[in-house]
Amino acid sequence: MWSFILRRILLMVPTLFVVSVISFVIIEAPPGDFMDSYVNALLQEQEAVDPAEIESLRKRYGLDAPTYVRYFRWLGNIMQGNLGRSLEWNQPVSKLVADRLPWSLAISVASFFLAYAIAIPIGLYSATRQYSLGDYFFTLIGFIGLATPNFLLALLILWYYFVATGNVAVGLFSDEYLIAPWSFAKFIDLLKHLWLPALVVGTAGTAGLIRVMRANLLDELERPYVMVARSKGLSEGKLLVKYPFRIAMNPVASTIGWTLPTLVNGELLASLVLGLPTIAPLFVGALLSQDMFLAGSVVMILSTLTLVGTLLSDIVLAWLDPRIRGAI
Amino acid sequence: MTQSPLLLSVDNLATHFFSQEGILEAVDGVSFDIHAGEALGIAGESGCGKSVTAQSILRIVPKNGKIVMGEISLFQNGESVDLVQLDDRGQEIRQIRGGEIAMVFQEPMAAFSMVYTIGNQITEVIRLHQDCSQNEARDRAIEMLRRVGMPKPEQTIDAYPFALSGGMRQRAMIAMALSCHPALLIADEPTTAVDVTIQAQVLELMKDLQRDMGMALIVITHDLAVISELCDRVMIMYLGKDVESAPADVIFRDPKHPYTIGLLRSVPELGEGHSQELDPISGSVPSPYRRPSGCPFHPRCPEFIPDVCDVHLPPQIELAGGHRVRCHLYVQD
Ligand SMILES: Nc1ncnc2c1ncn2[C@@H]1O[C@H](COP(=O)(O)OP(=O)(O)OP(=O)(O)O)[C@@H](O)[C@H]1O
Ligand code: SF4
Ligand SMILES: [Mg+2]
Repeated sequence: MWSFILRRILLMVPTLFVVSVISFVIIEAPPGDFMDSYVNALLQEQEAVDPAEIESLRKRYGLDAPTYVRYFRWLGNIMQGNLGRSLEWNQPVSKLVADRLPWSLAISVASFFLAYAIAIPIGLYSATRQYSLGDYFFTLIGFIGLATPNFLLALLILWYYFVATGNVAVGLFSDEYLIAPWSFAKFIDLLKHLWLPALVVGTAGTAGLIRVMRANLLDELERPYVMVARSKGLSEGKLLVKYPFRIAMNPVASTIGWTLPTLVNGELLASLVLGLPTIAPLFVGALLSQDMFLAGSVVMILSTLTLVGTLLSDIVLAWLDPRIRGAI
Repeated sequence: MTQSPLLLSVDNLATHFFSQEGILEAVDGVSFDIHAGEALGIAGESGCGKSVTAQSILRIVPKNGKIVMGEISLFQNGESVDLVQLDDRGQEIRQIRGGEIAMVFQEPMAAFSMVYTIGNQITEVIRLHQDCSQNEARDRAIEMLRRVGMPKPEQTIDAYPFALSGGMRQRAMIAMALSCHPALLIADEPTTAVDVTIQAQVLELMKDLQRDMGMALIVITHDLAVISELCDRVMIMYLGKDVESAPADVIFRDPKHPYTIGLLRSVPELGEGHSQELDPISGSVPSPYRRPSGCPFHPRCPEFIPDVCDVHLPPQIELAGGHRVRCHLYVQD
């Protein structure tokens, strides 16, 4: 098992390299650089533009070097934890990211656990009582959940929140805790606020998970080894959890990897609508203004997180199914 | 043959499957008795209901199927229970499964879960039925693996099923079924999944174990050679019905039912080393959803009596010497 984990981590190195190249290329793809947008902005405000000054700015930020030099410079900086400076915010990128990333992660992780906590029991219930009234009920709820766009749900919740409390933005803390130092009470307050965005982000995923869980379990329940387990005198409940459930968890666990990026996606919409101080709105702003250091760092960080997500899901898979341990 | 006490009595059992295509009468009126220590062979073409009969006894018929008729009486300590009347999830039947009656399944490939070691899956059944610690259960499992001829049982016990060969998996399956010393072992095609040399070893093993442990045996098979080797009695099934049953030597010497006669004719020399799949008789098995009227065998029967066989279901006829047959030819008038 440990050697599996080690091999799996080593495999991440080339992938990380590719990810960094892709992040860089994506950021470089739009024509022009930050200076061009800067010049445009100045021109729009009818200010005088001194080409020499622009050129020296270009030099100062290294925008005139060949692409590969810029790439390695960028990568080298990232390795040292120096993510560069946001030209738009005039702040170190690392500070911007550090301020917001924890909230993004908190929302993603919370919605992840919320999704699993809801989906697994319901999936189990639906599969073992196929075509029962409860099964139909959850199927219906699931389809509604799948079909409801996240932003619509966010808007509905926002509206409800407004009607109920008179506040416009949901936020992550009550006013009295906003700048208070960390305490247990503050943490509880955070949890009280967190479940809302977590729900918004997680609904579609939850509904999908329920379907996957139910379908897998139904498949597994037909397998001969289930009948064998029954023939040994195992009770239905124990049997279910020990045998088919563990196998049915496989595809569910393998979704952990791609759940993270979709969560980021969902988090983006939810945060924009609910006005949360997460990384998503920051990223959108950076893309709009071609703030390349900021945008590039965010892409890089999110991709790395996704890779870590797939790593985690592979480890869970290998734990669930010993056949996978030898496969890498 | 000295008659030991009755262990299991199946009376007029019928198990049907219900689906959109209709009702499938997988088992449709089957009766047989097994005495302690006796070996019964059940033979018949694919789909005639052999496995479903076994599943019915253990009450593990898949959920789209149902026992619609009959009794299955198990005699223990002078008392009898009708297994059909038990709750199929209840405590009582669960103690019988794996404890009193154990089963070796048709496909050893699929019968083990691939995510637990065979040791885990064998000790599980031991701990369910015997009052012992994890370590004792493990020792017993190793002992049983040694008994079925598993090479290096101390190591193999920690192997995952996918790492074992077909023959080893079959042995592990047998060890698992035998681990709680059942009074009755049902072996569903114990030899089809393994190659010929292993087949002989597995048969030898079952015979030894049956003798040593005094256990009764139901062997389900396509292969009449297996039956001639292992069994005291034979029951031949056709389309869910028990068309003939008799002591093994009688059926090979003096078969009565036209279907049995056809089956035996297709096996040129019966004896050690010769095994033959059953596929002798002209015509094919009709769709299980559309059973022929009257005698289910009449569309293929060379002795077919018009206006009788296609109209009336033949009754079960008792001949001398525990020989029973379902055929109009033997109706006394
Ligand atoms: N779960 C099920 N659902 C519907 N029909 C079934 C099911 N299991 C078995 N059957 C049907 O019941 C009939 C008897 O099946 P069974 O498995 O007992 O045959 P068998 O005699 O064991 O054949 P084989 O020699 O191929 O194992 C077949 O027509 C089969 O298609
Ligand atoms: S009852 Fe008639 S059709 Fe059926 S086996 Fe006997 S002779 Fe043949
Ligand atoms: Mg079968």
